[in-house]
Amino acid sequence: MTNSWTDIGNTDLVIIMGGNAAEAHPCGFKWVTEAKANRGAKLIVVDPRFTRSAAVADFYAPIRQGTDIAFLLGVINYCIQNDKVQWDYAKAFTNAPYLVKEGFSYKDGLFTGYDEAKRDYDKSTWDYELGPDGYVVADDTLQHPRCVWNLLKQHVAIYTPEMVERICGTPKDKFLKVAAMMAETSSPTKTMTSMYALGWTQHSKGSQNIRAMAMLQLILGNIGVRGGGMNALRGHSNIQGLTDIGLMSNLLPGYLTLPNEREIDFDKYMSSRGFKPLRPNQTSYWQNYKKFFVSFLKSMWGPAATPDNNFAYDYLPKLDVPGYDILRTFELMHQGKLNGYFCQGFNPLLSFPNRKKVTEALSKLKFLVVMDPLDTETARFWQNHGEFNDVDTAKIDTEVIQLPSTCFAEDEGSLTNSGRWLQWHWAAGTPPGEAKHDTWIMAQIYQGLRALYQKEGGAFPEPIVNLHWPYNDPNDPTSDELAKEINGYVVEDVTDPNDPTKVVLQKGKQVVNFSVLRDDGKTASGCWIYSGCFNEQGNNMARRDTSDPDGVGVYPKWSFSWPLNRRVLYNRASCDLSGKPWDPSRKLIEWDGAKWTGYDVPDIAPTAKPDVVGPFIMNAEGTARLFTRGLMRDGPFPAHYEPFESPIANPLAPKVRGNPAARVFKDDLAQFGDADKFPYAATSYRLTEHFHFWTKHVWVNAVLQPEFFVEISEQLAKEKGIANGGWVRVWSNRNSIRAKALVTKRITPLICDGKTVHVVGIPLHWGFMGQTKKGFGPNSLTPFVGDANIETPEFKAFLVNIESIAAPVA
Amino acid sequence: MFPPLPNVSVEPGPPKLSNADLVKRSASSVPPPERQLTPVAKLIDVSKCIGCKACQSACIEWNDTHPEIGVFSGSYENPPDLTPEMFTLMRFTEWVNPEGNLEWLIRKDGCMHCEDPGCLKACPAPGAIVQYSNGIVDFVHENCIGCGYCVRGCPFNIPRISRTEDKPKAYKCTLCSDRVAVGQGPACAKACPTQAIVFGTKEEMTKHAEGRIADLKSRGYANAGLYDPPGVKGTHVMYVLHHADKPEIYANLPKDPKISPIVEIWKGMFKYAGFVAIGGLAAFSFLQQVVSGANRVSREDEESAKRLTGHAER
Repeated sequence: MTNSWTDIGNTDLVIIMGGNAAEAHPCGFKWVTEAKANRGAKLIVVDPRFTRSAAVADFYAPIRQGTDIAFLLGVINYCIQNDKVQWDYAKAFTNAPYLVKEGFSYKDGLFTGYDEAKRDYDKSTWDYELGPDGYVVADDTLQHPRCVWNLLKQHVAIYTPEMVERICGTPKDKFLKVAAMMAETSSPTKTMTSMYALGWTQHSKGSQNIRAMAMLQLILGNIGVRGGGMNALRGHSNIQGLTDIGLMSNLLPGYLTLPNEREIDFDKYMSSRGFKPLRPNQTSYWQNYKKFFVSFLKSMWGPAATPDNNFAYDYLPKLDVPGYDILRTFELMHQGKLNGYFCQGFNPLLSFPNRKKVTEALSKLKFLVVMDPLDTETARFWQNHGEFNDVDTAKIDTEVIQLPSTCFAEDEGSLTNSGRWLQWHWAAGTPPGEAKHDTWIMAQIYQGLRALYQKEGGAFPEPIVNLHWPYNDPNDPTSDELAKEINGYVVEDVTDPNDPTKVVLQKGKQVVNFSVLRDDGKTASGCWIYSGCFNEQGNNMARRDTSDPDGVGVYPKWSFSWPLNRRVLYNRASCDLSGKPWDPSRKLIEWDGAKWTGYDVPDIAPTAKPDVVGPFIMNAEGTARLFTRGLMRDGPFPAHYEPFESPIANPLAPKVRGNPAARVFKDDLAQFGDADKFPYAATSYRLTEHFHFWTKHVWVNAVLQPEFFVEISEQLAKEKGIANGGWVRVWSNRNSIRAKALVTKRITPLICDGKTVHVVGIPLHWGFMGQTKKGFGPNSLTPFVGDANIETPEFKAFLVNIESIAAPVA
Repeated sequence: MFPPLPNVSVEPGPPKLSNADLVKRSASSVPPPERQLTPVAKLIDVSKCIGCKACQSACIEWNDTHPEIGVFSGSYENPPDLTPEMFTLMRFTEWVNPEGNLEWLIRKDGCMHCEDPGCLKACPAPGAIVQYSNGIVDFVHENCIGCGYCVRGCPFNIPRISRTEDKPKAYKCTLCSDRVAVGQGPACAKACPTQAIVFGTKEEMTKHAEGRIADLKSRGYANAGLYDPPGVKGTHVMYVLHHADKPEIYANLPKDPKISPIVEIWKGMFKYAGFVAIGGLAAFSFLQQVVSGANRVSREDEESAKRLTGHAER
């Protein structure tokens, strides 16, 4: 989230699209009801299904899954055509005026530089035109045909209301109503918040779905302001923390990146991470990259990380591929190239696409270790559960080791919520049976590994044996110790350069925050963006002061919000070029003539002049990017692509299947299904009664939603002779499942490109372990392909067929 | 937002609700209480409800009931009906409004805590059903004989008879009288994430409802209103409805609930003649019919009742 949950109460318009906040985030949804009840805010829901969010919405519009970009670019087009742009904001705070290199174009669904064989682009034309001074050339009048604004205008022109209806199936009048409501927030005194989740991410163009809305929010002037923003509703408790702390195969903590194999030494690695400003006087905060990176290395390897060995840079693994995402991992496992798997807090057998392939892959492992508080399906993948897990146990050699771990309520530590708040919690109960904290288990494994390396040597023991392990009990690091390490501390005294007798940073003290981190090895910090969470003031994550000066929704003394306890990112953009709030009634910060002050921690240097330094300090431009240069694999602008399995060909580029830059493994390509055999557009989702695959282990939740079902429209039910509550078989080109049917008015057929498209809804909470009735999940059916940029699987749009069947024999 | 309910006080204090606060007691009488408690109410704002079933979950947890894990039966309603183990239930209705747009109406069903409780009137077991001066209607299980008269007496079809125990007994929502007794609100209200369920004095709740109704009217729900039916002299569980003119679209919420005339007669017989005075087979068979007949009052029942009470339609 750019903003926070509490800030949603400040909005005028909530758009829930690509998510279902009322069902999947019911507790956070209270802030929507707050905004509605106290501010008269309106709620729009755009979804293939009439959800429980839609049940309390002011306006609902249906959309075919996988067509959000067409819808959103349609809204951008509407705003441009109808002069509903916050011009002062868009001109000053986005890259709209910048010129793009000659040669860049978009034609027949492809940007310049496409290589079909590689499914990749040569992105050299996707960049700005630089002037002789090394800065981007800009045309503040927005007249130049190659300025970003005109390219955008041209790019979105095809997304007329008629085209939106044709692609999305959203009736034109409903689309126009939504567009008009959104466009009203181009006023500096009106704002809209976007609440989205996996409904946008789980597509082969998930990242671009989100970009499309971010671009709309930028031209409406809704980023950085109270009640505005791009608000990703994170699904798992602490998935935000997982991302922040860098538990992705290509990331290091705090969104630093792991080197690739071409970056053989420190200098080479840093050479592409200079972040020189692209416009005069801009902050380009990533210029501090080296400080955060070196401080991270110091936290990892302590005394073994020295200036002489470039702070143990060589100890870092180097990636030979863009990333070992889950799809690649299971592909390698399936090929027999990866034969041991540690599975911690994860249930791949139900969470990863094409379950048959997942089962086959797990069956090829030599060992599988499952660390989980629950007896998961993954841990039992080898066990025959009839049709629900029809495996031949005798043929599976994988050794499975289950390490029972603890639940959040049995542990102490912090959870980072969607709004970037690090909230400390305390153990409410003791772990049952043999369950142990994850940290205890990890410490045992590490101690065992280190002893082996010390004893037996090995190819490269240093990264393991030299790992900095300064915990009081090496077998059981405490949450406090880990949090302090993440915050960072002073390794060596640092003195004032003008007065060497004056110690400015004292050895052994916690650093106050990341502003004092250094690139000379005198500071350490495990995750720079979290720095400030546990400093000499104490554990700021444990703060529980509910004060909120003037009731603006900032709550500055409740927990700790990264970065620097800032509650609204880009809050400098809530003010105009003179530093005055666009909307005085919605002040967050303002320029008092000498510095920035206000309710929130300014997202800008305190004395950076408002007419000089741009608000998007993390970007080398100082502005936000409508055109994103070569930073996305699949295009500098979002463009509509159909899902890989789509009921219709792409009306804009019929020859292009799916996202042309998305990676597809060969065997998976062969398993894509076509609309002639699989005519129905399926989607997967969660229900409010359950939390993923966890709560089916809980009696109460099992009572509230006991058994697997699929949802279809009354029209499809009639066509296929399916009765409400009757049994159906649903199958894709990968597998077949059995379910009861819920026949509902909440799903209606859509007319797309002249064809009637029926939607089949498949909720995902059932498996073969736990208290609920045994059932299937949508991942039995879904295709093994992910987003072009981050490989999130395409769970939200795929093709199935359906038929009525007799009830199974009990 | 309505002020959140406070957490439980750990300080011991006098009970805020006890037998001294009873104003009605089934098949018996109580002395007038020395104090009059402020009437309470739970307000369920259907327009804010997201159907998450946190209320059902909290109800199960607080009351320590054990509803069975059922099967999918063609709807989001689970269990499919109220049971002796499930005192409250989200009822889902797909309703197409006159403009042709779908509305998904979600109503939390459960005891309405009528000011004039039909269950209590119908109950033949002394002290099995009581009403406190704050309006809460509670079942006292040690006095319950499981006869099911309360079911017939209830215009909302709420109580359910447990057949799994040694002796059958009737169950329903207590409005968390045990929580109210220590200054708390009901568990469902505590758990509700959107404050679609709020609890306070009836006066506060009525006032809060007015604000909600004004908001709904501003959003085009011209018939938004409060459901506090006069046929049972008002209820201590009230609804804010977007379509208060059509309560029946919310999973058959009665438009004008009234206590069945049969119960009024029975009550009259008891009041004037006393239970033991109804001798003979006739009375027995009449009662049999009341108890083991269909769960709903049939037209014949109504008519014969009206005849007996001299209100036959002419």
